[in-house]
Amino acid sequence: VYTSVMGQALQRAAQWTSAKGGSGGKLEFTKLNEELLNSIIQYVDGFGAKYADESKLVFKKPLTWQTTVSPDAISAPGLEDRGGDKISEAKADKDQPLFSIKRDGSDNECSAMTMEYCEQVLRASGDKKMIEIRACLEANRDPVANMLGERFATVEGDDNSIFRFIEEITKEIEQLAKQHAENEGNTEKQEEIEEKKLVLKMRLILLRLDQQLLNQSIAQITKDVRLTPIMVDGEVTILQELSGDDERKHVLETIDFWGDGYIFKNGCRAPPQRQLHGDIAYIEVRPFDGNMLYITANTSGYYLNKGPDNRGDMNYEKEGDAYRELVTLLKDKSAHFTEMIDKQEFHLKVQEKDDYMDARRVEEDDDDRESTAGYRPDRSKQKAEEDSKDKGQKQKAQKKKKLEPSLKWKALGMEEYQEPDKRETQKLKKKKTSPRMKTKTPVDAEDSFSESSTESEEEEEAVERRSETNADLPSEYWQIQKLVKYLKGGNQTATIIALCSMRDFNLAQETCQLAIRDVGGLEVLINLLDTEEVKCKIGSLKILKEISRNTQIRRAIADLGGLQTMVKILRDPDKDLKCLAAETIANVAKFRRARRTVRQHGGIKKLVGLLDCPIVSATSPEADKDAEVARSGALALWSCSKSKKNKEAMRKAGAIPLLAKLLKSPNENMLIPVVGTLQECASEPSYRLAIRTEGMIEDLVKNLKSQSDELQMHCASAIFKCAEEKETRDLVRQYGGLDPLVSLLQKTENKELLAAATGAIWKCAISPENVTRFQELRAIEQLVGLLNDQPEEVLVNVVGGLGELAKDPPNRMLVRKAGGIPPLVNLLTGTNQALLVNVTRAVGQCAEEQDNMVIIDKLDGVRLLWSLLKNQNPDVQASAAWAICPCIENAKDAGEMVRSFVGGLELIVSLLKSDHREVLASVCAAIANIAKDEENLAVITDHGVVPMLARLTNTVDDKLRRHLAEAIARCCNWGNNRTAFGREGAVAPLVKYLKSQDENVHRSTARALYQLSKNPENCITMHEAGVVQPLMKMVGSQDEDLQEASAGCIGNIRRLALANEKARYS
Amino acid sequence: MSVIKRQDLAKCSEKLLKRKECKFEKQEIEKLITMFANITGGLNNKLDRTKFRDILHISFNMTDDILMDRVFRAFDQDSDNYLTHEEWVLGLSTFLKGAQDDKIKYCFIVYDLNGDGWISREEMFQLLKTSILKHSSEEDQDENIKELVELILKKMDHDHDSRLSMSDFKQAVEAEILLLEAFGPCLPSPKLRDAFLQELTQEQGKF
Repeated sequence: VYTSVMGQALQRAAQWTSAKGGSGGKLEFTKLNEELLNSIIQYVDGFGAKYADESKLVFKKPLTWQTTVSPDAISAPGLEDRGGDKISEAKADKDQPLFSIKRDGSDNECSAMTMEYCEQVLRASGDKKMIEIRACLEANRDPVANMLGERFATVEGDDNSIFRFIEEITKEIEQLAKQHAENEGNTEKQEEIEEKKLVLKMRLILLRLDQQLLNQSIAQITKDVRLTPIMVDGEVTILQELSGDDERKHVLETIDFWGDGYIFKNGCRAPPQRQLHGDIAYIEVRPFDGNMLYITANTSGYYLNKGPDNRGDMNYEKEGDAYRELVTLLKDKSAHFTEMIDKQEFHLKVQEKDDYMDARRVEEDDDDRESTAGYRPDRSKQKAEEDSKDKGQKQKAQKKKKLEPSLKWKALGMEEYQEPDKRETQKLKKKKTSPRMKTKTPVDAEDSFSESSTESEEEEEAVERRSETNADLPSEYWQIQKLVKYLKGGNQTATIIALCSMRDFNLAQETCQLAIRDVGGLEVLINLLDTEEVKCKIGSLKILKEISRNTQIRRAIADLGGLQTMVKILRDPDKDLKCLAAETIANVAKFRRARRTVRQHGGIKKLVGLLDCPIVSATSPEADKDAEVARSGALALWSCSKSKKNKEAMRKAGAIPLLAKLLKSPNENMLIPVVGTLQECASEPSYRLAIRTEGMIEDLVKNLKSQSDELQMHCASAIFKCAEEKETRDLVRQYGGLDPLVSLLQKTENKELLAAATGAIWKCAISPENVTRFQELRAIEQLVGLLNDQPEEVLVNVVGGLGELAKDPPNRMLVRKAGGIPPLVNLLTGTNQALLVNVTRAVGQCAEEQDNMVIIDKLDGVRLLWSLLKNQNPDVQASAAWAICPCIENAKDAGEMVRSFVGGLELIVSLLKSDHREVLASVCAAIANIAKDEENLAVITDHGVVPMLARLTNTVDDKLRRHLAEAIARCCNWGNNRTAFGREGAVAPLVKYLKSQDENVHRSTARALYQLSKNPENCITMHEAGVVQPLMKMVGSQDEDLQEASAGCIGNIRRLALANEKARYS
Repeated sequence: MSVIKRQDLAKCSEKLLKRKECKFEKQEIEKLITMFANITGGLNNKLDRTKFRDILHISFNMTDDILMDRVFRAFDQDSDNYLTHEEWVLGLSTFLKGAQDDKIKYCFIVYDLNGDGWISREEMFQLLKTSILKHSSEEDQDENIKELVELILKKMDHDHDSRLSMSDFKQAVEAEILLLEAFGPCLPSPKLRDAFLQELTQEQGKF
């Protein structure tokens, strides 16, 4: 089996998963690797026939691995059966037999020292050859070194071992020849040389295979662009081998081709008419978690289809994205599959996909992207150029360089380096028609070729250094490198010494953090988490917890699969360990992909589990520990709760009652993460409801009075979000929460706290009862005092609060007296849209009072409001238009003022073209006010207001109907506008408004109908639309306005009828 | 109960129970003494080094020869190269149930190879000799271990006299409990310790 081979090919071309370290590496599960393994199998099989002598060459060290072959299956001359184990009689030296295979539980351990025996095991493994060779190569990362000795170990850079060896042999032969001349030949020496020659020959044979494999993998990589039936069959077959009933062992329950099983000559299973679309086959997959998946294998990739219908006919429609590999698709669809496949070999791939998807979606964490963005294009370019080069030595060198896993690559997270590959393959696909493309920048190409390996490393360095402040490597770097060496090569004792020493560095410093990453320390630290040694795990987590404050480290930890391991540790019985893991997760889960990883690996549930700690009054070391576990759990959930799906997962895992319980804790350190989590989750209505009904408002209010600014801030922030609901606002008042909120306004130096407190005041002020209390607490004066010199986050809330409070008329006067109007008007010139919405509303409320209006007018506030109608944000437009209404109503000489805005009337009429309902309603209201002035009405009529209003009449929105009808009523008072409305078809729809539930709509509609009914044509239309009956009802209304308008309208209709009759009879 | 008379057992355990350094319950002591007698063949017989090492190996998975010898030394209070049943029980008391201070003292004794009250550079070198997997030549290996010793001294040698006193050791361990077994495992892992203790409290043990 395995044998042989291929130092360089394995090291470079084979895709190893990132979890190296010791012999723990796994061959990744890719087609490329499959091909490599296949070649090796073919090579080994029949090695003995080709090279009889070489196959008997005794290895320097045995190749040892866990085999699936049972000892019974192997029978060969010279094998001795010892209690079920088979051991060869021939010995290499003393105790070491040339071959042994021992039973060891379900797995057997096999150890071989010649190619001959390797070949035998491979034969005996029957159809499991692939598994066998994989196991062997995974256990022996550098088989050549085992076979021929350390001197031939695969090394980075130039490998001169073979030349040195030749030299040595030649020298010895010469020497021997000399001796021979002098005295008799020395047979022993002769034999030794013979053996050395054999070794050399073997080495050359292996080298040839190595080269062959590399060439093959290049060919493979270049052609691997579209799916073919063979590839599909291959992938499905492999997954079939990994499928079965055992949930703990298998990745899928079943996977098979869908359909009648007929295979066309071209290898496709899809019906011919579908082959035209590129379909190759259909695959049905039953995962352990979830429904049957139906997958189309198309030449463009794998994607889900809609599955067969009741009659068994496939619905071929594509659902979702296409994937280049079946495994990646399944990983996206089945968490269990992902987990199991990770356990086997391949976990690097997921992340790769992950990141790839992330990059395509718009990331919410920008920092997530930045590192890849920088050099991806260069690399793909480089690769494209590479591919356009001729084969042969040069290409091999290139390839080598490309795949070389330097420390840096690994430290960066392999996916970042593999990803370009992927992109490129896609790129290549597009270019398939002209595979030997000329590069666009030949100079560049030459550059990147000439000095391949150093060049690429430099590029790498450049990427690295971008983020570093000083270009010279600091001394810590070397010291840390040394410590990592001990971590890698030491036993538990040395590891712990190294871990403790590492903690003496200033781990809060970026230089040290990055140094650990750059020298490959992160992998080792993360690998330590997978060991059984509690002490090593604790030591490692203590370091990870510190350095994960760095964003780059976080990403690297996630890339290396650290989150999965830490999530597992959350179930550990050791409480210290749990705490550290949760705290580290809290640090790492600060970006979206990490949060998703935590969720997908069941981390949320486990973290919620940590919250469950008994609250005891007496303090004991044990109880303190429990509390500490809960606190760290809350910290991690706090980080995780920034994703919507995680909030949902937390709720389902029962986090809410546990958080409610912890909220009773007297301990500030506990409360901060708990309230932090709550306020984060309060963006979801389900949490808001729960916070209210689980009685958490009382505790939140209580902690508003805490000594800790941070805690106060989170409490205020939670109330801010929850107070969207009336019941909550009432509870805040009932528990006396308004007083501490107002007193927080004193903390002007802490802006975050101020923003949260003012936000809470704003939302609480929506309830009139709260407004009264705020009045008593003199909140208005204090809020007005905050209108100057505050950051926008605070201002938005302050102004929002003032806007709500000013709904109560006495407060409008208070705002004026406190000097609030000038700063408010001043804020109208700002650019922050959230702020503008609130400011316009507040100014509008203030303008309801005449005295305030005088000041606003003097400060030219109406002009400012008007210019906001040009803002591109519809919310700002609407809010400005609403604010304009009271201004026009209350300003002296309003008509004159409006006319003085050049182009203002045209602007507002043009807003009737908006798609935004609120904008339309507010503009209608403004137009109704503008139209009170006859001259202005004339102008807007000229701007075509009538047809534009008429066009809106079909709306069903009551708010718009109300203001639209009002505007129509007002606009009737000019020229032949009444007739025009009739002509534009506005009348009949208006009649329908009378069926609305909203009395305000009735009132304005009746008024409009009354105005329109002054035109006889309109009367006829109305009558035909059945206006009389509803109007009759409205005459009986309590509302005098409505009564009068309805009566007037009926009167007009009646008069027309009478006039008609009269005309007929006379 | 064949090897040992009921009343002897009771007497011995009573006596040990009164020692304040003994942290076991009566039942546990009896079990331990029985175990002792079963191994040695009698209450007043003594346990030799090889048998003791077998126990360390089987029950606590210890493998390091030097350290197992040192553990024996730490148990063997009168340095006669044999353990009496009292030494056995009292030694295990620290080994399994010792408070942090006791364990610090115990570990220090284990690591102080020549018993002169200091852990010297040479002793550290000796203890750490096998802690790094052989990669390179002999000299490199020695060099690596020397560096490791320097790391330890930097971390633990507070009075800078190039050796560790008991107070150095104590101070360092109190600051970082992970350093308790700084020179190699000489205490049971929590898992094996709990398993052993559970065995003691059960009526029918494996011994």
